[in-house]
Amino acid sequence: MKKIHIFLLVLIAGAIGILLSSLNTGSSYGTIAEAKAKPGKFVHVAVQLDKSVPVEFDPIKNSNYMSFQAKDSSGEKMKVIYRKGEIPNLMISEKLVLKGRFKDDHFECKDVQTKCPSKYKDDPKAAGNSAAHNAATSEMK
Amino acid sequence: MDYIGEHLLPGQLGHFFIVLSLISSLVATFAYFMASRLGTGTPVPGISATSVALNKQNILAGFGDTASWKRLARIAFITEVISVFAIFVILFYIIHNHLFEYHYAWKHSSRTLEFKYLLACFWEGQEGSFLLWSIWHCVLGLILIKTAKKWEAPVMTVLSFGQFCLATMIAGIYFFNWKMGSNPFILLRDSGVLDNAPALHLDMDVSQALRPDYMLSIKDGNDLNELLQNYWMVIHPPVLFMGFASTIVPFAFAVAGLWKKNFTEWIKPALPWALFSAAALGVGIMMGAMWAYESLTFGGYWAWDPVENASLVPWLVLIAGIHTLLIYKHSGHSLRPTHLFFIVSFGLILYSTFLTRSGILGDSSVHAFTDLGMNLQLYMFMYLFIWLAAIISAKNFRQRVNSSFIAIILATLTYTLNLPWLGLIALLTGLGFIIYQIQTQVPTIAKEENTSSREFWMFIGSLVFFLSAVVITGKTSLPVFNKIFGTKIAPPEDAEFAYNSIMVYIALIIALLTAVTQYLKYKQTTGRLFWKKIWIPTLIAVAVATALFMVGEIKYTKKGPMFLASIWLAIACSLYSIIANAAYIWLGIKGKLRLSGGSISHMGFGMVLLTILVSSSNKEVLSKNTSGIYVNLGKDSKEEPGENLTLVQGLKTDMGKYWVTYEGEEKQANKSRWFYHMRFQRKDGKEEFVLSPSAFVNARGREGIQPEPASRHYFNHDVYTYITSLPDPEKNKDTASFVTSTLKTGDSLFYSKGFLIIQDVKQKDNLPKELFGDSGYLYEAPIKVYSKTGTSYSVTPRLAFAKGEILAVPDTIISESLVLQLQKINPDKSVQLGVKESDAVLKYVTLKAYKFPYILFLWLGVGITALGILMSMANRIRLNRQSAIKS
Repeated sequence: MKKIHIFLLVLIAGAIGILLSSLNTGSSYGTIAEAKAKPGKFVHVAVQLDKSVPVEFDPIKNSNYMSFQAKDSSGEKMKVIYRKGEIPNLMISEKLVLKGRFKDDHFECKDVQTKCPSKYKDDPKAAGNSAAHNAATSEMK
Repeated sequence: MDYIGEHLLPGQLGHFFIVLSLISSLVATFAYFMASRLGTGTPVPGISATSVALNKQNILAGFGDTASWKRLARIAFITEVISVFAIFVILFYIIHNHLFEYHYAWKHSSRTLEFKYLLACFWEGQEGSFLLWSIWHCVLGLILIKTAKKWEAPVMTVLSFGQFCLATMIAGIYFFNWKMGSNPFILLRDSGVLDNAPALHLDMDVSQALRPDYMLSIKDGNDLNELLQNYWMVIHPPVLFMGFASTIVPFAFAVAGLWKKNFTEWIKPALPWALFSAAALGVGIMMGAMWAYESLTFGGYWAWDPVENASLVPWLVLIAGIHTLLIYKHSGHSLRPTHLFFIVSFGLILYSTFLTRSGILGDSSVHAFTDLGMNLQLYMFMYLFIWLAAIISAKNFRQRVNSSFIAIILATLTYTLNLPWLGLIALLTGLGFIIYQIQTQVPTIAKEENTSSREFWMFIGSLVFFLSAVVITGKTSLPVFNKIFGTKIAPPEDAEFAYNSIMVYIALIIALLTAVTQYLKYKQTTGRLFWKKIWIPTLIAVAVATALFMVGEIKYTKKGPMFLASIWLAIACSLYSIIANAAYIWLGIKGKLRLSGGSISHMGFGMVLLTILVSSSNKEVLSKNTSGIYVNLGKDSKEEPGENLTLVQGLKTDMGKYWVTYEGEEKQANKSRWFYHMRFQRKDGKEEFVLSPSAFVNARGREGIQPEPASRHYFNHDVYTYITSLPDPEKNKDTASFVTSTLKTGDSLFYSKGFLIIQDVKQKDNLPKELFGDSGYLYEAPIKVYSKTGTSYSVTPRLAFAKGEILAVPDTIISESLVLQLQKINPDKSVQLGVKESDAVLKYVTLKAYKFPYILFLWLGVGITALGILMSMANRIRLNRQSAIKS
């Protein structure tokens, strides 16, 4: 066996090892119910902002603390606390992917990904509305 | 029905050229295919005999010969080039003239958009970016026609086929129910956007036809996404797509070699192309990083986002390919991996296209493209290229038939059974076939590489690059695996660290190899010679690294001492790489600039590694904070500070080594964008400057802010800040009311945060009659306000009586939330003063501020790397020309 083959095998084995171990991320996508069932486990939860409860954020008092209510597609709800400031575009988001762990009575959110329909995706309805809005304003002129 | 105000001609022309480009690229592919089938250029006797026989047959059948096929192919390709440029010009015309009857212009631009961003909105959409890619293929194709000589036909077959695939992406043609591609010339009224707008339909009923004058209502377009209104968006995509497009050339050469059974000669012309591609793709990627750093608020330049990874990975493999190619040129080894790396590199470009454009990254990336419902087509793009390469490189006719058969069976099965995992297996099988063909046909040297040879360690380096690409691809493909296997694995808690903890070792190994390997000779190196040269740079590197270790400071302790040690080691290795490569220019090649491309690019790469390591581990948060307004918690505070800090207008705030004051804001004309002026004052008084981070506020009628950072560059660090939150004007409606008290000059009055003293009450004389009328008067009451914080303010509320009306002009102290109003002047010269304390007057912004060290050197390193690669390219082109003249 050539020396280069030994290197080859070692490196490839290393790469496979790293890849397999990276599959064991210790995290998974789940629902609110699952997050509540396993407090302390790091999860990604796809939710929507529940606008029936006011969003709590007062930058004068604390510019890093934000709290709101989230609900998922099954209707399950939970309180979310985020300690990294205001989440951009939270109010217009159509979907949020929360990353964090459930603790006591709330979800400690480490990171959020917001999905805004009008920004990343064609939204015929919103576009139609804005076209209609344009139309309406031009009627008035 | 005829609609008023539409311009249909550009669209019709556009459609025509799209169809023309589709047909001409197909004709070019076929004609080039025939030309290279008939053409010689193959030294293998068996094949050339059959092709000569074929040649005769075809001539007899009146089928034409190589030259006429080639002529046809060139005509077809040039027609294709003209079509693509025509499409580009027409689409730009539509955007530039604001023809909003076209969906593309309506969706991506607006009347207020500055001219410089018209190009940016051109490639904001998928269609425009495919077009950009296609344009670069055109340019590269023309150069290949001019220079590739006997490789023209087979290489251009591959490239023309690539053009055909890209043309289908913007075709927008329906086959039965299946839509092929997305057409940029589709009309707004056909796009479905207007279907839900009753005001635009007859009788206000959406089931009716559109009103003939609907265009009157389409006043403006949807505008370019605010985040993309940026000069980086103008220049980054063209460069990146130039890199993307150019990777097809080394791929095409490798496939051409396998196809024509000429495994060795393509190396020479392919090398400059591969070098060009590496420079273009590398610069393109790093421009994306600069963009992210300068204008997006990711808080850095690299986040291991899937979109970033997807474009980095082909580059890593391409670099591996370039190095194995050099090994082959000098030692005859590593020809097989060279084929493989160039093929895989382009395959990964296609995979990255699939990842970023299919919408599969929806949950895991912040900046993937929109899903246009073209996933099948994007998959086919990969499938066809992989399998056609496999078929075309097959050893003989029987294998060609067999592999075609398997390709068709697998495709049919995947499609009819709709099994995603089968789709993956089908692709990997295709790749397996290519590897099999390379292994069975491409010659190799049985003799083992000497461990003291340069090629041995170059190969190890290439392998490390390749495997790091495999690891990154695997990690990035997590959403794909989830889709295929129905699993729900999410990225780990600290996703960036999951990459960094591996990549720091890759960086370490690569830095060490680039430092040492050039000092080795090809084939074999004698120990004495090696040490004689390398001891100088090694000693310097050790000295510098030790000095740095003593003086410097790496503050990245949060991942434990093990990781910190790895960072230190990697820093030392990249220093070694910089020094050793710089020294090699004199020690190894005696300062011959022409030959120093390799050393220069390695030196630049060492700099890139070094600055990445230093800057990302020494990033410093200036806006450290535990609550809103700055509170000094003292050194023993346990509470972990957040990174957001609220600054009240006019209030000096402590931020690291600066005092920062929010001075006010300014609106950009014609845009709903504001600039917020922050005055930074060094505490030692040595420096003062203003940074103006900006934000689009409620742009395009949408709630929310789109911030853009501002930074000040120094040679060894950047101060970098951006807005994270602004007060919501709705929430802060003024609800407080004035409390009135009667006071005389010299009287004082307490309010919640301090007290105030009336300085004087005076009546102004000589009032202009035209403003005040005959019996008008104006009183002023200068007041001194003493705040609890120790600051004092002077304000002057006024009361006027002008033309029969009483007018109070209040004065405010924003940082104290205080409004003072002069309400009445009594005959005894006492005044009624209204005092209001309201949050609504409190103007503030919340921001983050960082200090990034050595960012400038990162960009410099990238520049040097690219320069080195381009110097090598120039050198290789020169050498190729010389050898062409000799032969």
